[in-house]
Amino acid sequence: MSIRVQHVTKVYGRQVAVQHVSFEIKPGEIVGFLGPNGAGKSTTMKMITGYLPITSGEIYVNGVSVEKQPQVVRQHIGYLPEHNPLYLDLYVHEYLEFTGGFYGLRGKALKERVNHIIHDCGLTREQNKKIEALSKGYRQRVGLAQALMHDPPVLILDEPTTGLDPNQIIEIRELIRRVSREKTVIFSSHIMQEVQALCPRVLIIHQGELVADRSLQQLLGDTESEQWISIEFQETVDAALLEALPPVRAVKRLSDRVFSICAARDHDLRATLFHFAAAQGLSLISLKQEQNNLETVFRLLTQPATP
Amino acid sequence: MKQIFVKEFTGFFGSLIAYIVMAVFLITVGLFTWVFPDQSVLAYGYADLGTFFSVGPYVFIFLIPALTMRMFAEERKMGTLELLLTRPVTVWQIVLGKYGAVLALGALTLLPTGLYYLALYQLGNPKGNLDSSGILGAYMGLMLMAALFSAIGIWASALTTNQIVAFLVAAFACFVLYAGMDSLSGLIQAGSWSLNLKEVGALYHYEAMSQALVDSRDVIYFLSLSSLFLFFTVLRIQHSV
Repeated sequence: MSIRVQHVTKVYGRQVAVQHVSFEIKPGEIVGFLGPNGAGKSTTMKMITGYLPITSGEIYVNGVSVEKQPQVVRQHIGYLPEHNPLYLDLYVHEYLEFTGGFYGLRGKALKERVNHIIHDCGLTREQNKKIEALSKGYRQRVGLAQALMHDPPVLILDEPTTGLDPNQIIEIRELIRRVSREKTVIFSSHIMQEVQALCPRVLIIHQGELVADRSLQQLLGDTESEQWISIEFQETVDAALLEALPPVRAVKRLSDRVFSICAARDHDLRATLFHFAAAQGLSLISLKQEQNNLETVFRLLTQPATP
Repeated sequence: MKQIFVKEFTGFFGSLIAYIVMAVFLITVGLFTWVFPDQSVLAYGYADLGTFFSVGPYVFIFLIPALTMRMFAEERKMGTLELLLTRPVTVWQIVLGKYGAVLALGALTLLPTGLYYLALYQLGNPKGNLDSSGILGAYMGLMLMAALFSAIGIWASALTTNQIVAFLVAAFACFVLYAGMDSLSGLIQAGSWSLNLKEVGALYHYEAMSQALVDSRDVIYFLSLSSLFLFFTVLRIQHSV
């Protein structure tokens, strides 16, 4: 078991930041850690790295207790904190050499590793610049590079793409995908598409509690008992006719010819709609089952209970 | 520890701070020791470096806090402390690495003043007539003083994320410990605990050392007080998260 978090609680003074969170991550898994801002994502990640002391509960990384043997655990973890802190007055390769030195890399081995990482992270052209001279996207690459310096089996990335422009986001996402082969990765974000693009498994945390721990497929499939179908006719259709169909629960009229129809999940509405159109002599132009996206699910799970 | 030492030490030179500190120190003590007629060795006519050793600590009171003020304050403000604390090193190693870098620069700053000794050696009448062991003791005292001020400076830097606050706290604490205690003891009637108060101050121990009386008690005073401030720094870093 690569990461095992058992009944972990973190209390700051009187404020409970994380409450009884438990989960396990297998070697080689990429897990997305989702939650609104302030939900306890960063706190949980900081506890896994050993930066924050745990109030109660236990965390094991590769079977080693974070509390009892922090120095051992730190050898296994590559960490990119939120906001990607860097020494702006150092040169890129200088910073990476500094980082590598902590993990026992010396002399030639260190130089080779730095060159390798610089190449892997696409920093070749920027390696002789000071970090302060780099754009945000490249700084993020340096942040990832320092986390990867010692080739750790576990990568903890706290919001690695916040504040980047769409192109940079895609580049960093690709980079993470490339470097994370054969590594265990926890990746936090509040951007849904990101998690959808990268992580087969999702943990959702809300107000310090774990509210979902499922595969992406499950999460998208079973959280809602309803399905939405969008339909377009060539002719104008009265919405009341659609509402009269037995399985239909609601009809949203987008125009005279385009509707969004809601029904129970256990019934495939598309057949019914097709027969309806045939019986009425209408021409169907499009009929599409809408995917529940993670955003809907996320909102459903993390919105306050009162409507 | 070595990483941090090297990074901090080379950082002093990369950012020109080292050159500025060395220049300011050498110009100031040089002027007092050799040029200004009120204090200069040449005008005084005795082959001793008393002026240098009494001005030195005052210059350090300003320069050492300037060196240490960014050490933890900036790491904390930039968030790099978080990364540093998740590396496989202990807090003691981080603190000692930074401390070592300041001490090394302090020693390097003092090194050129060896010329003062050589010059004085030539000026003595007859040649070489000076209290070499006294000067050696005073150098030891000055270095220990730098060690104490550095420890105080690093501790002050760990207290805050604001470098100016760190500088002022450190400079003030150094001043109180160095001269403040001595002056305060003058306000109290002799014979009561005025001597005890004087002994708390660093000046008392420093003066003893510059008279070539290297007493283990004075050395222990500097070493233990420096260790205490380093210990406070470690505690502060451990509990700041």
